[in-house]
Amino acid sequence: MSRPTRIEVDCSTGIESIIELTDAEIAQMEADAAAAAIRKAEEEAKAAAEAEAKASAQAKLAALGLTAEEIAALSK
Amino acid sequence: MPNTFTLIASSTVGSGGAANIDFTSIPSTYTDLVLKCSIRGSRSNAVDSIAIYFNNDTTSGRYPARMLYGTGSSATSYTTNTNYNDEYAYISGNSSTSNTFGNTEFYIPNYAGSTQKSVSIDSVGENNATTAFMSLTAFLYNQTTAISRITLVPYYGSSTILQYSTAYLYGIVKS
Repeated sequence: MSRPTRIEVDCSTGIESIIELTDAEIAQMEADAAAAAIRKAEEEAKAAAEAEAKASAQAKLAALGLTAEEIAALSK
Repeated sequence: MPNTFTLIASSTVGSGGAANIDFTSIPSTYTDLVLKCSIRGSRSNAVDSIAIYFNNDTTSGRYPARMLYGTGSSATSYTTNTNYNDEYAYISGNSSTSNTFGNTEFYIPNYAGSTQKSVSIDSVGENNATTAFMSLTAFLYNQTTAISRITLVPYYGSSTILQYSTAYLYGIVKS
């Protein structure tokens, strides 16, 4: 299997080079991928928790007798 | 108001794809830079993401960002982490509609100055389905060194930039 490559464009000369990644660059790429996946999962979990809390709060307000329009007005 | 675009350099990805596109030795003679990209990523998802870093600097904490994005069914805004690849933009992933590419513009004002650098990103992935992400992002590169190198890299490190993707770097001078 061929090694992944990157493109380097020297703006002073216009010369474009296709360069194979080094072992260190490949390791860094893999580490970045793992870290990005963790951060993305954390962001999605946080967004889901916030959406769940909002829905819970709206349900409680509705149980108190507020209309959907009144509940919506509170969040503006 | 800057009103002139000069093409500094461009790249079209060949067969086999690329892990990143790296513009080096960027001249300091312009006022602003604009990087316009048409990119499809290799991630097996309708959505993939792309980010940039400057001067080969991937130090954590140097790229704080604020992001607003839509998914096709909802919209969210949040403050990202401060790693270089957290100020990402959305592009088409490899499960999006065949032969479509996401479009992204990075605007980098005062890139050659000696102050911290603010950057705006406008991006949209292309997908003929409900799930199609778009985003607006503002981030700060909190270093004062002039920018002479820009590296365009997938957010998901194992993703690659697919063939026929393009990146065009323009310089803008004030009128």
